[in-house]
Amino acid sequence: MMGSENEAESQVFASREEMENLVLDEPSDNTNGNGGSKSFSDYRSVMSSLADAHHPFSPPLTPADSDPLLAPQPYRDLRNPSLSHDNNNSYIEPPAYADVIFSPFDENTGSEINGIDSPGRSSDSSLSLSRSPSSSSDYIKITVSNPQKEQESSNSLVPGASTYVTYLITTRTNIPEFNGSEFGVRRRFKDVVTLSDRLAEAYRGFFIPPRPDKSVVESQVMQKQEFVEQRRVALEKYLRRLAAHPIIRNSDELKVFLQVQGKLPLATSTDVASRMLDGAVNLPKQLFGEGSTVAPQDVVQPAKGGRDLLRLFKELKQSVSNDWGGSRPPVVEEDKEFLEKKEKMNVFELQLSNASQQAESLVKAQQDMGETMGELGLAFIKLTKFENEEAKFESQRVRAGDMKNVATAAVKASRFYRELNAQTVKHLDTLHEYLGLMLSVHGAFADRSSALLTVQTLISELSALHTRAEKLEAASSKIFGGDKSRIRRMEELKETIRATENAKSVAIREYERIKENNRTELERMETEKHADFSNMLKGFVLNQVGYAEKIANVWAKVAEETSGYATDSA
Amino acid sequence: MDQQQRSSSGYSHSPRSPSSQPYLSVSVTDPVKLGNGVQAYISYRVITKTNLPDYQGPEKIVIRRYSDFVWLHDRLFEKYRGVFIPPLPEKSVVEKFRFSAEFIEMRRQALDVFVNRIASHQELQQSEDLKTFLQAEEETMERLRAHESSYFKKKPADLLQIFKDVQSRVSDVVLGKEKPVEESNPDYEKLKHYIFELENHLAEAQKHAYRLVKRHRELGQSLSDFGKAAKLLGACEADGLGKALTEFGAKSETLSIRLQKEAHQLLMNFEEPLKDYVRAVQSIKATIAERANAFRQQCELAETMKLKEINLDKLMLTRSDRVGEAEIEYRELKEDSEEAARRFESIVRLMNEEIVRFQDQKMIDMGRAFHEFAKGQARLANNIADAWRSLLPKLEACFT
Repeated sequence: MMGSENEAESQVFASREEMENLVLDEPSDNTNGNGGSKSFSDYRSVMSSLADAHHPFSPPLTPADSDPLLAPQPYRDLRNPSLSHDNNNSYIEPPAYADVIFSPFDENTGSEINGIDSPGRSSDSSLSLSRSPSSSSDYIKITVSNPQKEQESSNSLVPGASTYVTYLITTRTNIPEFNGSEFGVRRRFKDVVTLSDRLAEAYRGFFIPPRPDKSVVESQVMQKQEFVEQRRVALEKYLRRLAAHPIIRNSDELKVFLQVQGKLPLATSTDVASRMLDGAVNLPKQLFGEGSTVAPQDVVQPAKGGRDLLRLFKELKQSVSNDWGGSRPPVVEEDKEFLEKKEKMNVFELQLSNASQQAESLVKAQQDMGETMGELGLAFIKLTKFENEEAKFESQRVRAGDMKNVATAAVKASRFYRELNAQTVKHLDTLHEYLGLMLSVHGAFADRSSALLTVQTLISELSALHTRAEKLEAASSKIFGGDKSRIRRMEELKETIRATENAKSVAIREYERIKENNRTELERMETEKHADFSNMLKGFVLNQVGYAEKIANVWAKVAEETSGYATDSA
Repeated sequence: MDQQQRSSSGYSHSPRSPSSQPYLSVSVTDPVKLGNGVQAYISYRVITKTNLPDYQGPEKIVIRRYSDFVWLHDRLFEKYRGVFIPPLPEKSVVEKFRFSAEFIEMRRQALDVFVNRIASHQELQQSEDLKTFLQAEEETMERLRAHESSYFKKKPADLLQIFKDVQSRVSDVVLGKEKPVEESNPDYEKLKHYIFELENHLAEAQKHAYRLVKRHRELGQSLSDFGKAAKLLGACEADGLGKALTEFGAKSETLSIRLQKEAHQLLMNFEEPLKDYVRAVQSIKATIAERANAFRQQCELAETMKLKEINLDKLMLTRSDRVGEAEIEYRELKEDSEEAARRFESIVRLMNEEIVRFQDQKMIDMGRAFHEFAKGQARLANNIADAWRSLLPKLEACFT
């Protein structure tokens, strides 16, 4: 994750304390680093629910003289639409930003929309900026908290049964399909895996948010507490993303996961071995010509990971022959548009990854700047104290006075850099989010490919069956009167052909369905990408402007105070 | 913050002042690389503008190299004990930086400051060596340099050892480890303690200032990289978003350049003055060592003289025929002793004046450095704000 915010936060506190312990004359005016971080929430839903006349993004403006440290400021949107049309120079009137004091909001304001909170927010005081939600909007917010160790109640004779961690999952919502407006359940990580698997099966072709890793290695290496916390954060993000997806939010799987007390009533994925075992039972039957059809309902699932070994083999064979271009598959991935989109997606992912890396470097550079500025300030403060203590001459005191101004400014500037950076992390996190989204996209495209493969396999199987039927037909016509067994086999073959035809229809329907899901999801992603990136850029830029102004003010004051030393050469 | 103090001397710096006013103005300019390979070096033009009678003409230009400045520094240190000789910039050890543009410019600036400080110092400006330095032909300088190095200059290793000895002796003196051949002057003790502590504090501040320069460069670099990445991303995207990302990337790259510029300014106008301050304090430490030497010499001579006096009295009582000899010895010793005492007192007197001058000068120097620093940071921040602000309407246009 970018900038490992928690780490940065703790470093900030260490030296901030150092700084705050030093006596600084000025009353700490306006911004002080104390939890003054503001998070910019995801504007997707905001954009869609807003009337178009408004500029979609503006920072909350608070009166410059109020002290934001004492009480959270009421949010007001001062973007007056009539004003915006009058001036054609700057987007927002300067010096608007300098007055922007990013003040803490109460976490529980109903201003969070659709469970979308800024990703990567630290669990304490950061919050969302909201637009006034339109009254018809749905609202769901999920929180993961309170990890607890529980024991596996097992009948095993081995003492010290395995323990696992459960998390409290609290949901607040006004969506009618849920029973109630606030409820909580306890779930363990295994349950999340189950949820994720069931969703993958049920929602093929959709961009399903990827679930957190099982990360076996990390769980051994990290401190237990650290690991649990990391997992808690990851789970929360995951569930919130699920809730943010317009289709998946309404899924039964998710509803069940969030609401049903006790054991999670979703089919758990059986492990591969037992699937293999089941498959092995079927295999002899299939090999000997019995029940070699694919049951239609199975067709809607990919062969891989399923129990049907024979189908697996067949599709593997098919994919090989596809690749070798031996037999021209009748159902070609003819959708050029799709192929183009896929290629574009790959390029996008590449550049996104690059941008995400550079964003991390930028964040680090900003952090370092703030740190060094702070250290410089501290060094000067120590020097000032020293000079004042040892002063014999007036010139020493004057110099100490000048130095103190610079030191104070440097310390202030340092705080501003750190705040700036905390915000930057949140904005640029969009890049990370979209990298994660790419995983979902790959998954959805894979669903499509495997569905297509199933169709193609069935088609070639049909073709093979027809060939066999013809051969059998030709053979039996030579024998007068017909062979009883051959007639029976012919019947069976015709039966198989019919079943396979059915399966093929189902498979084609499934493939078309997935194609459609891909298409709608791509459209949705385009729209949301525009909104998200727009907000990222605007947010980043506004943030830079705001803090640059504050820093400029701090230094301008010192420049003024020391202007007497200015040389003639300007 | 007080009135602006010009340096304390009688000479003014400005050639534009009425011609009846004596002035001496020096500038070190035009660094040029000369020579080949290992023996390559930088030469500077030293331009002297003056109406003083001892100097040639209204303007004289000579060519000097770093070791010539070192010569001048060492001569002044020898002759003007008690005066805080203005410090020289360091001799660069790392080969690859020796001819970097930045290093050369920094050194030139420091040398310019060095000579000007000498020229404006009441005592030092009278120095013959200064006149020589400013006016002698290059061959003469070369001869003097060689002469100096063969007779008076020790090899660097030895010099280092001597310096270490001086340092340890001085710190011993401060720590009171030495045998009691030291001044028992509480004010002076405080001064020594102050100087030593000051160096530590200043060195730390300078270290952070240098790091700050680096941070500016790093931030500039990362903005440049990020801008490029944004542009590449923009190339993947259609219309509005693509354009927005491209504009964003371009702006980021522009700001990167601005940051690199500021890093340079910061180095020249803030970090360098701090380093200069550190050097000045080190120069004072050298003077402190000189004073300790002078004091010890004075004490030793006084001791020896007393012994000789006792001896002489004894000889006179015994009416020895060695009395005459002893008397001569005694007289010589007395002269030496008085000379040593005078030298020591002169150092003490000078140091007292110098300290006041030093504090005053540093108040101005640092005040100026702080001003430049603050001005630079304010200007940078404003540029950054303006640049990003100008992007907003474009972003707006892209997304509607």
